[in-house]
Amino acid sequence: MNSTIAIFLKDIRSELRTRYALNSLVMFVITTISIVIFAIQAESPGSLIYAGILWIIIFFASMSGLSRTFVSEEERGTTLLLQLSAKPSTVLYGKMAFNIVLLLGLNLFTTILFFLFVPEFTLRRPDIFFLVIIFGTLALAVTSTMLAAIVAKANTKGTLYPVLSFPVLLPMFITVIDATKLAVEGAPFSETLGNFQMLISYLIATFIASSLLFDVIWKD
Amino acid sequence: MSKIFKYLLGVILTFVIIVGFSFPMVANPQHWYEFPIIPGLEEKARNIFFHVPMAWVSVIAFLTSLVFSVQYLRTRDYQNDIKSVSAAGLGFVFCVLATVTGAIWAKFNWGAFWNWDPRQTSIFILLLIYGAYFALRSAIDNEEKRAQLSAAYSIIAGITVPFFIFVMPRMMSGLHPGSAGDAQGKGPLFESKGIAPNMRVLFYLSGLCFAALFFWMWNLRVRVETLLWKKQELA
Repeated sequence: MNSTIAIFLKDIRSELRTRYALNSLVMFVITTISIVIFAIQAESPGSLIYAGILWIIIFFASMSGLSRTFVSEEERGTTLLLQLSAKPSTVLYGKMAFNIVLLLGLNLFTTILFFLFVPEFTLRRPDIFFLVIIFGTLALAVTSTMLAAIVAKANTKGTLYPVLSFPVLLPMFITVIDATKLAVEGAPFSETLGNFQMLISYLIATFIASSLLFDVIWKD
Repeated sequence: MSKIFKYLLGVILTFVIIVGFSFPMVANPQHWYEFPIIPGLEEKARNIFFHVPMAWVSVIAFLTSLVFSVQYLRTRDYQNDIKSVSAAGLGFVFCVLATVTGAIWAKFNWGAFWNWDPRQTSIFILLLIYGAYFALRSAIDNEEKRAQLSAAYSIIAGITVPFFIFVMPRMMSGLHPGSAGDAQGKGPLFESKGIAPNMRVLFYLSGLCFAALFFWMWNLRVRVETLLWKKQELA
């Protein structure tokens, strides 16, 4: 547990030192939202379409940022040191915690920006929307941490990451987009229950698989 | 033994294909060689003997690949990696065949080659998973590392497959039978008691034969790949 926290703090510290992921992700989100706004201009596609656009932005932002945790270790040549000094599971959980915090911050930023710049995007059930963002972020961060560890060992890291992640993340994406649409339409909570059940079971399944498989990926 | 099996499979599969295409469809079947007309499907119902087995085999192939991925991680025997890749490669072929036969059926029954029905979405994802698996394999040079990582990836991808095949199609409305909102209710895609006995026999026979064909092709591929690997080891 202690070493998990130590790895989490180490990642936070090295991130704050370089601000590589943070800066580029913030710029990425701003760029994408402005492109969406320029593309839409005077049209008003309605909240349902905007719900989809929001998740597209979140997907590509996380694809460009979440692989950093492992790729940077590989690039700086610190993988071996980390392998020697910490157990594989603590590395995974530390990195996962870092990605969850990073993605939660990022998604919060994205949604706030989205609400500011796209006034047409209105919600009837903000509470459901909030829950969807939280659980969606958790599922996204947990799954992509594991895939980042795989990608870090491959040759073409940048392009391979979304390719590998998309099919694995899709059940989760279809569910969150569906739940976001329900939140926009103001559906009762009982109607979204199925989506949350699916999201939570997906989260548990990928978390357990990651915990079991990480040893294999991490050790050289 | 294996020779008899091969000839038998060849004969039965030929029989299945000829019968599937040629038995007449009549309103009131009197003989064993007549299929009943299914309202709304008519002659297009013949595709059931080819499309559904292809989809089954692509899932069987994926599971085979998954099983040998797990085996590889347990034993670290390179032979298991060969088995896993070979199954995945063949599974990809069957997956493409299922998609194409399905798309043709969809064109004439539902009006368009592609409708993003939940099951079409799931087979699309299966194709993407296979594609990503091979993309990952081609991006790693080290043999051992490639085997390890692709095994891990196929397990992770494998745990999401049940969501696509069993959960989502029943949650969402769609065009395939068994989707939510279907007149006959949610349930399995295919219920055998709904169709005529002779069609049912041919249908299961077809599924069995294509599965056997898959295992035969898989066996050949594994043997070839093993020989190539041994040759490389010796060189």
